Amino acid sequence: MVALLSSLKPTARQRVGRLSSYLVGIIFIVLVIVVADWPTIAKQFANPEVAAKMWPGIVTIALRNTLLYTIASFILGSLLGILLAVLKVAGGPLGWFAIGFIELFRGIPALLTIFAFAFVVPIAFNVQVPGGAVGAGILGLTVVTGAYTAEIIRSGIEAVSPGQREAARSLGMTSGQTMFWIILPQGLRIVIPPMTNEFVMLLKDSSLLFIAGATVQSKELTTFARDSLSQTANATPLMMAALLYLLVTLPLTWLVGRLEKRLDPKR
Amino acid sequence: MSTLTPDLESSAPPVVITGLHKSFGDNEVLKGIDLTVEQGEVVCVIGPSGSGKSTLLRCVNLLEKPTAGSVRLLGAEMTDPDVELNQVRTHVGMVFQSFNLFPNMTALGNCMIAQRQVLKRSKAEALEIATRNLELVGLSDRMDYNPAKLSGGQQQRVAIARALSMDPKVMLFDEPTAALDPELVGDVLAVMRDLAEAGMTMMVVTHEMSFARDVSDRTIFMDGGVIVEEGPSIDLISAPQEKRTQVFLKRVLDPTHIEDSELGETEPD
Ligand SMILES: Nc1ncnc2c1ncn2[C@@H]1O[C@H](COP(=O)(O)OP(=O)(O)OP(=O)(O)O)[C@@H](O)[C@H]1O
Ligand SMILES: [Mg+2]
Repeated sequence: MVALLSSLKPTARQRVGRLSSYLVGIIFIVLVIVVADWPTIAKQFANPEVAAKMWPGIVTIALRNTLLYTIASFILGSLLGILLAVLKVAGGPLGWFAIGFIELFRGIPALLTIFAFAFVVPIAFNVQVPGGAVGAGILGLTVVTGAYTAEIIRSGIEAVSPGQREAARSLGMTSGQTMFWIILPQGLRIVIPPMTNEFVMLLKDSSLLFIAGATVQSKELTTFARDSLSQTANATPLMMAALLYLLVTLPLTWLVGRLEKRLDPKR
Repeated sequence: MSTLTPDLESSAPPVVITGLHKSFGDNEVLKGIDLTVEQGEVVCVIGPSGSGKSTLLRCVNLLEKPTAGSVRLLGAEMTDPDVELNQVRTHVGMVFQSFNLFPNMTALGNCMIAQRQVLKRSKAEALEIATRNLELVGLSDRMDYNPAKLSGGQQQRVAIARALSMDPKVMLFDEPTAALDPELVGDVLAVMRDLAEAGMTMMVVTHEMSFARDVSDRTIFMDGGVIVEEGPSIDLISAPQEKRTQVFLKRVLDPTHIEDSELGETEPD
């Protein structure tokens, strides 16, 4: 069997791998269908009455907030990531600062960072962030995103051929001009797929904002679903939240695959 | 007291290299090069692979930092740590074997970006100059193409137009035709010949012996990090004096004819 598998061409082996994962999935589903207590499951996980009560708030408030928080921290975090990556590549004392920053926030759980930004930082530095604890929590998420995207963007910068830098410098461009006009545009293009992946991760990590607490209007999907869960003693809200997450992440994951194929120079 | 900025009016030799050494770690690649290039002179540098030709050229505009010695480029002392490097480089064009066009811009964009950012020319002026230079290299119908959509020969001519758009006083070429299909070499060499005839000061690393002989004023033969022989191109290529030059030229001009005894003598140490 092993010999047979390894004798297959890579694409054929991939196909066998995919088929076997389908097989496992099908067996699992069949088992669930046979064993499960369907009326109870329907009542607990797909209860139309509970669902109706959450509609449309779960979309107009919760999903909207999730997207809003994710996009905001992705944009700000990516800008921070670009800055950190450029500093790290440039080296020097600021480069060391960037390395320290990146390693710090990659090394501690995102939940802790968000907690610290939401409650510790405002008190310690006596600052008011717009949006209160949630706004401060989003800043924490931004910092985490900055640390992760910095490493992605740095790898993109370093993937640009050294000849590009030399050509720009030989025209008299400064290292800053070279970075901004020549290296970054190419490096960022290379990292579009992993950055999209990062966006998907961030969308899920935005659920960590629950720790900041939220008002009725500022709840994101997970907080919304958890609160509904405790009010209704029914898991339907969780199922709806999961579906809404998938509604956004699945197309994005599919897009990453497409982009990776399109940007792959070997194809 | 050395000069830190380029002098564009002077009629002094634009390139003066004295006692130039360059090592990469323990590997000494340039072992004392002395070379002066006069205004309007075209100098070809030939020699076997690994002899240090590219390194020499790259030391001229300080893409590589010399280990010892001095490089005076347009009157500026390039090895002085305080030299206005970008200011000097602005007036010295460089053309690479691998073209190194910016793939995120069109041919026109490639020719405009440094004009805009470095020379601070207006958009209209930069556009006009870029257009003129692309016409000069015969690419008026390819201005809006991305580099990926151009042939190697066209890409290299864009690279030349990009360098010319900065109004350089000196042009450095590092094997500009080595990466090209044979049928595309001629177009690039023709552009370079026109440039030479227009009086441009040029340093050209090349394996194109006919170009060296017919176009350049002087040819330098390098081997093992030193200048083994130099002289008027016609003399050096048709009647080389040094044994190593003779062996090299014989091999390059007639690649099928290699004698073992001659190969043995190419190693100096
Ligand atoms: N950045 C570098 N780091 C280490 N060694 C280098 C570097 N650049 C060049 N060298 C070494 O210096 C020597 C001379 O290289 P150089 O590129 O100048 O030769 P060349 O005469 O241009 O050869 P070719 O005709 O193959 O282009 C080679 O042995 C090369 O390995
Ligand atoms: Mg070379």
